[in-house]
Amino acid sequence: MRGPARIARGLLTDAQRPLRFRFDGRDLEGLAGDTLASALLANGQQLIGRSFKYHRPRGVVTAGAGEPCGLVDLLGAAGREPNQLATTLPLRDGLVAESQNRWPSLAFDVFALNDRLSRLLPAGFYYKTFMSPAWAWERLYEPLIRRAAGLGRLEAVVGDHADPAETVHDHGDVLVVGAGVAGLAAAQQLGSCGLRVLLADQDVALGAGPLLEPRWDAWRAATLASLARLPNVRSLASTTVLGAYGHGVFGALETLSAEESRRFGGLRERLRIIRVRRVILASGAAERLIAFPGNDVPGVMLAGAALAYLRRYGVAVGRQPAFFVNNDEAYEALFALAAAGIRSPGVVDPRTESWAMTRARALGIEMHAGAVVSAVGGRCAVRTVTVADLGGAHRATLPADCLLMSGGHTPLIALATQLGAPGQWQEAIAAFTAALAPATGRVARAAHGVFGWAAAARDGAAAARAVAAELGLDAEPLSALCMPADAETTPLAAIWEVRAPGKAFVDLQNDVTAADVRLACREGYEHLEHMKRYTTHGMATDQGRTGGLTGAAVLAAARAVPVSAVGALKPRPFAQPIPFAALAGGEVREHYRPKRRLPLHDWHETAGASFVSAGLWLRPLVYSRTPGWEAVLEEARAVRSAVGITDVSTLGKIDVQGPDAARLLDFVYANTFSTLAIGRARYGIMLREDGLLFDDGTTTRLGPDHFLVTTTTANAGPVLEHLEFHLQSVWRQLDVLLTDVTDQWAQFALAGPRSREVLAAVIPGLDLSNEGFPFMAAAAADIAGVPGRVFRISFSGELAYEIAVPAVHALTAWLAILAAGHSLGIRPYGLDALNLLRIEKGHVTGAELNGNTTADDLGMRRMLKPRGDFIGRALAGRAGLVAPDRLQLVGVRAIDSAQRLRNGTQLVAPADRTRSLGYITSSSPSVEHPGWVGLALVAGGRARIGGRLVGLAPAHGETTELEIVSAHHVDPENTRVRA
Amino acid sequence: MLRIRCPWCGERDEVEFRYRGDATKLRPAGDADLAAFAAYLYERDNPLGWHVEWWLHVAGCRQLLKLVRHTLSHEIHAVLAPSDEVSLPTAEARR
Repeated sequence: MRGPARIARGLLTDAQRPLRFRFDGRDLEGLAGDTLASALLANGQQLIGRSFKYHRPRGVVTAGAGEPCGLVDLLGAAGREPNQLATTLPLRDGLVAESQNRWPSLAFDVFALNDRLSRLLPAGFYYKTFMSPAWAWERLYEPLIRRAAGLGRLEAVVGDHADPAETVHDHGDVLVVGAGVAGLAAAQQLGSCGLRVLLADQDVALGAGPLLEPRWDAWRAATLASLARLPNVRSLASTTVLGAYGHGVFGALETLSAEESRRFGGLRERLRIIRVRRVILASGAAERLIAFPGNDVPGVMLAGAALAYLRRYGVAVGRQPAFFVNNDEAYEALFALAAAGIRSPGVVDPRTESWAMTRARALGIEMHAGAVVSAVGGRCAVRTVTVADLGGAHRATLPADCLLMSGGHTPLIALATQLGAPGQWQEAIAAFTAALAPATGRVARAAHGVFGWAAAARDGAAAARAVAAELGLDAEPLSALCMPADAETTPLAAIWEVRAPGKAFVDLQNDVTAADVRLACREGYEHLEHMKRYTTHGMATDQGRTGGLTGAAVLAAARAVPVSAVGALKPRPFAQPIPFAALAGGEVREHYRPKRRLPLHDWHETAGASFVSAGLWLRPLVYSRTPGWEAVLEEARAVRSAVGITDVSTLGKIDVQGPDAARLLDFVYANTFSTLAIGRARYGIMLREDGLLFDDGTTTRLGPDHFLVTTTTANAGPVLEHLEFHLQSVWRQLDVLLTDVTDQWAQFALAGPRSREVLAAVIPGLDLSNEGFPFMAAAAADIAGVPGRVFRISFSGELAYEIAVPAVHALTAWLAILAAGHSLGIRPYGLDALNLLRIEKGHVTGAELNGNTTADDLGMRRMLKPRGDFIGRALAGRAGLVAPDRLQLVGVRAIDSAQRLRNGTQLVAPADRTRSLGYITSSSPSVEHPGWVGLALVAGGRARIGGRLVGLAPAHGETTELEIVSAHHVDPENTRVRA
Repeated sequence: MLRIRCPWCGERDEVEFRYRGDATKLRPAGDADLAAFAAYLYERDNPLGWHVEWWLHVAGCRQLLKLVRHTLSHEIHAVLAPSDEVSLPTAEARR
């Protein structure tokens, strides 16, 4: 039977398959099908951890996902994983677990002193106590508190060691949340009318409710068999619906069994993103605790949990189970344990009479009607239970080794709440229910207050028929399977708290007592959500599932209002803790985001390029894998002295066509394009509507109604979006079509004084003379037999061309140009050299087009057309955008050329080093000047040209004397590009 | 997460779209003054209720859509073309 407390055959455990595991250094044995909690209880281990704040001994309270106390560390090959839920963690062979929050050992814990000092640790004590001195928080208080409070310890189990995870997308007509009787009946009804159904339940077995009741075995088996025959119904066990996100989108976490995990390469969890047209919430109810002194002693647990441990795992949670219950449903545990030969020393029930009490009396069980439990004897285990009458007078002391409590059942309406459904107070069950809009779905069973299994089955089927009708299907009621009749029950009598000396907990996970709730109320935190934040009631992994409403009721009593006026806590996603690895799914490491590779990526790689990520693109940085600037400088020198070629295919390219193409461009560019001649390119700047610079690039007129717009690499997407938005909203009357051709065209810049000779060799037909093909000319041309385009534009400041060919022919054209330039010493150059050349020339890029600069700041004020509307025109004239002391673009060079420059270096006046006048935006070693050159944005910068400033880079301990120069470090007269 | 029924592509996730703000704000005439442009760009209501707004299907057909969405329930009453007339629903949103 594996364990002294295993008294019967469990429905989920396999007595033939023993498993060995270790808890706190003790070697123990359990069975396949056990959870860690059931295996521990089978071995008589009730003490499982220490509590969050007071370090009080704690045992498991529930048999499921709402467990507040049964949290353990799991030790595996990958390291230590904290806060694993023992009540849902499937036992596996060789599992090693440790209890949490105790030192040096579980039985003797030094910090249990906190419990004695609890008068000094009231709710909100962090806020009250650790106020000053300010330095002490970080260095003294916080480390101390972190050592003394909290639960599991986190070690590095993430990163490369994390187990694989995956995300899958599910689509269907209806999601049924919860596979109890109502959920099963609903799925069967929906499936029978042909709808695509997803049935999800967090339990390892479907039909977990009826699993607890032998009379329902036949119904459960027949329904599961019928569902298995419906190919349009997918049943997902071990799948928790984590959150409802509206519009039929749900997130769910599926935990794989050990066998499945092996099949899927070690995959442990699967995040499911579910999209459906309707939802049926049949997630049932959670049994709630009662706040009475000692309700946290190990061995005090929910009555329903005791029933689950007995039926599912054959484990008796005690030999002398006393009961403290207020509802007839909870008596099922009493009857089941009695049938298994475990006799209760007594049942305490605040009601005077009920159907279940009558049945219990008939079994000869000692009943204490009209009574409550006022104390629990024992610290690490229950020894006695003190019974008092409702007035508080002592009535009896019962010997007991566990106390099974039930304060009623709270419907799990978190998902409905997330979908905007208000909670509705139901006096009959003393809890909130919720209703969904028909366009969203339905709630079934407990979520709208139906108890009893036959009633639940009928309710689930009715909800399903209503949803089917919403979806335009006529669902006939299915012929009822053999359903046992529900026993007659008497409604509960709400009881939330027993006021007596001692700590009565409303939140076992966060050590929040009923007194803490009253304290919060006295100190002004009267709103439920304020009280939650002040006391931490209802936070952390269990989200207050066992005591959330109890705490709300204590608050209601303190405020002297009904519970319905206080409301229920709004549970947000996630319904249970989810590992980050599961959320990340496959999008980790090199799959974190997609990579865009250039058409010539393989060539660049073979040529020895180091790559750099630019947005999603991988661009050649330099054709060398040796660190340092030498290779960059060589590449740049080749361009300045002879010829170089670089791959600029990442530039955004937008093909603009239509009779109104020129008008659209005049609107979106600050300068004019309608006057551009066919076969000519022009540099253009775009503003945002707020008047700041947005993007720049050259635009070429290919025909009367045909333009090619180029954008910076980073803004390829945003510029297209900007154009589409304005074309379709503001200027709908314009007849223009936009096409993104970024990926269709490969583009190379061929730059250097010898570039004309190289180009002539590959484009023999074109007259490349200054007269035939002047600066800013453009033409269609065959490049080494490939039909493409040639532009005479320059980003380097040298005589230069850009050549565009269809991406599929990129290699042909590239190799032909390299071959033609071979004798002239052509070199490919990467992004570093490209950047060096443009900084020397004073061209701007993203570092200067940074969203804070205006056209005037960058010295381009004259480009703004004086007449006509364009985006940004009006607001560019705002006083703040034309102020003379704005940061303006200038060049900087170090007086001592041995000193390097850094991007981000702050610039100050030599006389006043406390006020920043600007900063360096771009910098590079130079080939034209000794040392480094930089671009900077400086307050009133143009007026400072010729002067000196000091650059401060305190993070590097550097102070640099700088001269302020024109941004055009080379060829300010622009003669080279026209050579 | 919103699911938007694009008239060209079908029902798609919100992440395929780019929100472009209040669709009732009309760009002033080109010669309008600074104040008119400031109002167009910066002044926005924050209504509880129905909101007419632009969504651009950037990861789909690149068409601009005009949505009538309820800011509390997220119910989408209509997905329209930019030039379509909008009639706001009189009934409150279904929650």
